[in-house]
Amino acid sequence: MSIQTAATAAEPTIQAKAGATTTRAHRHEARSGILMVAPAVVLLLVFFFIPVVLCFLLAFTNARLISPTPAHLTGLDNFTRLFRDPVFWASLRNTFYFAVVVVPLQSGFALLLALLINVRMRGTNFFRTMYFIPVVTSIVVVSILWRFMYQPHGLINSILQTASFNVVQGTDWLNNTASAMPAIMFMSIWQAVGFHMVIWLSGLQTIPEERYEAAELDGANTWEKFRYVTWPGLRATRTFILVTITIAALSLFAQINVMTDGGPLNSTTTMVYQAVRTGYRQQETAYASAISLIFFALVLAVSLVQRYLTRDKD
Amino acid sequence: MSNHIRRRPPLAALVTLTAVATVLAGCGTVDNSKGGGGGTSGGGQVTLWTHNAGNPQELGVVNQIVSDFNASQTKFKVVVQAFPQASYNDAVVAAATAKKLPCLLDIDAPNVPNWAYAGYLAPLDLPQDLVSKNLPSTLGNYQGKLYSIGYYDAALGLFAHKSALEAAGARVATIDKPYTADEFNTLLSKIKSAAKYQTAFDLGTGDTGTEWWTYGYSPFLQSFGGDLIDRSTYQTAKGVINGDKALAWASWFQGLVKQGYTPAKSSPDAFADFVNGKSAMVWSGIWNSSNLDKVKDGVVMPPPDFGTGAKIGGGSWQWGVSSGCNKQDGALEYLKFSLNTKYLSQFAQKQSVIPATEDAAAITPGWQSGGPKRFFLDLSKKDALIRPPTPGYPFLTTTFAKAAQDIIAGGEPKKILDQAASDIDENLKSNDNYGF
Repeated sequence: MSIQTAATAAEPTIQAKAGATTTRAHRHEARSGILMVAPAVVLLLVFFFIPVVLCFLLAFTNARLISPTPAHLTGLDNFTRLFRDPVFWASLRNTFYFAVVVVPLQSGFALLLALLINVRMRGTNFFRTMYFIPVVTSIVVVSILWRFMYQPHGLINSILQTASFNVVQGTDWLNNTASAMPAIMFMSIWQAVGFHMVIWLSGLQTIPEERYEAAELDGANTWEKFRYVTWPGLRATRTFILVTITIAALSLFAQINVMTDGGPLNSTTTMVYQAVRTGYRQQETAYASAISLIFFALVLAVSLVQRYLTRDKD
Repeated sequence: MSNHIRRRPPLAALVTLTAVATVLAGCGTVDNSKGGGGGTSGGGQVTLWTHNAGNPQELGVVNQIVSDFNASQTKFKVVVQAFPQASYNDAVVAAATAKKLPCLLDIDAPNVPNWAYAGYLAPLDLPQDLVSKNLPSTLGNYQGKLYSIGYYDAALGLFAHKSALEAAGARVATIDKPYTADEFNTLLSKIKSAAKYQTAFDLGTGDTGTEWWTYGYSPFLQSFGGDLIDRSTYQTAKGVINGDKALAWASWFQGLVKQGYTPAKSSPDAFADFVNGKSAMVWSGIWNSSNLDKVKDGVVMPPPDFGTGAKIGGGSWQWGVSSGCNKQDGALEYLKFSLNTKYLSQFAQKQSVIPATEDAAAITPGWQSGGPKRFFLDLSKKDALIRPPTPGYPFLTTTFAKAAQDIIAGGEPKKILDQAASDIDENLKSNDNYGF
């Protein structure tokens, strides 16, 4: 629409200006640029890259959090121990279970909400705010509240009983191995869906009006409009949402830590939770680093696969 | 370009101002927290870290002792820094890694061997006649040396509605004659069939803090004859945490949930449920003894004897001196000063805790022999068993807590305990048995 036409119009002007600057001005600009980026780069290096590299190195040692003897290299010991540990496999399985269910459900539900909000009616602002409020609430606070709600005589079961006239009784959600993870999924989706709804909304609003008008003229119904105008127009948003939800879902931690501590019989333990538990509470820093390294490799692999599948095919 | 020149001076001034302000602020905070490291020998500031920010009673007594000590002499000045309990251990470990520990600090008893092994703590050179007055569970010994000493202790107790016991035709258990295993099981089934209370015996499983699970439930394991680790060698847990006696404990523990005597996950405040009449008995500790007065017919009893005697946990917060402190004489002076009977009595008066010495108990209302609060002191003297004093304790406690949680959740006890034993042994091996 206007954004695209304005962008194409600006290009010749920028190119004209570029030829007019001198080398000294170039260098001055480059130096200013470096100075402006320097604080952020230094912070990133010191607080992100260096610890990550240290963590990967520690995975091959026997470092402890508290120990009078210094750490020494032990090669792949941590990894062999990891692969023998049933709790690690349970964590891996649960992490994937959570991601596989939450990614499509949350992005789909967010898209639905965004489509509903994207009408020019009075009151959409109110609903948009309502859907977004859980996002700005701390996940720890949300987890504590939902822990109370999920109790056997808590709010969720009361609602189920009242709404179904005592047909559906509800269960002890967080203490059954089968229902603990789905309960946490439901709560996580509720909490985060507003954020992705807003992103979908911004994507929807960049689709040019003319295309919808053209589709009207061609006699398309609502479903065809969605399939042939909206869905292709959301490609960039789709990729972004897919990648961010996947990474967030794979790094599930706070809810587990607050609500179930790894859950009844390892049914809700996740990789990040295992890393924190072994590294910090059990003081086995090197073992936790090994878990982190594997987690990193996993997330990288998944993100690369997603990037490949959603790449520009032209 | 001329615009830039005109705009530059104010911008440069602003940046310089911000930089200077940040540096000053940083210097300021470093000064406050770095009290113990600087200064020459022969006097000066002694920093003290404590975990009881948010606990005004206990912090008030500590501040009182500090101001009295500072007023009593001019050589050393103790400065208090209080932390919230939840983040205290993390703060100490972080400070130890940065080699910025304070001179004086308090430590949760089971962590003392771990921190002594890591070299954070210095052995305490206190006079023997002072140390010998303290309850044994308030002393932190490791490898034959004393590393910490406490002003008080805590204890567990079986709280019950007397009317429920009478309705079931049971006696009130005493310290000398606790319930036997059969007596206790009969009591539970009678209370359940009377159906007057929602829960017969609330274990308090809603408290997800790991240390509660070990502190509260390992005494039952120890009463059955098992333990977290073999205390004769501290080199293995096999046969001790997964032997026959431990399996007997596990099936009793799991049976409480399976037979409906206790909920698999109680509410976060099990004692409040007990006060409100939801449960007939609750497993809690001395910290709730003041709430017991809200119950008309409340009594507190020792736990049952499952074979090797009734057992409760022991060891609460204790005080030590860090090894990097260069004012060790000042720190020891303070400790000696603080172990005064009147201060120990203050701690017991202001909070629900057991005073550490008989002298303190004698002058604290209610704690004299025969007094209403005396029960916990006698119980602690007879039945307290401290958690295993080994540097490997953090691993022991997380492993046991998880095993206990899995057992309550209905997992297979033998598999769970065998896994726990092999995990502990593997950890011991990779740490060279922590020096044992």
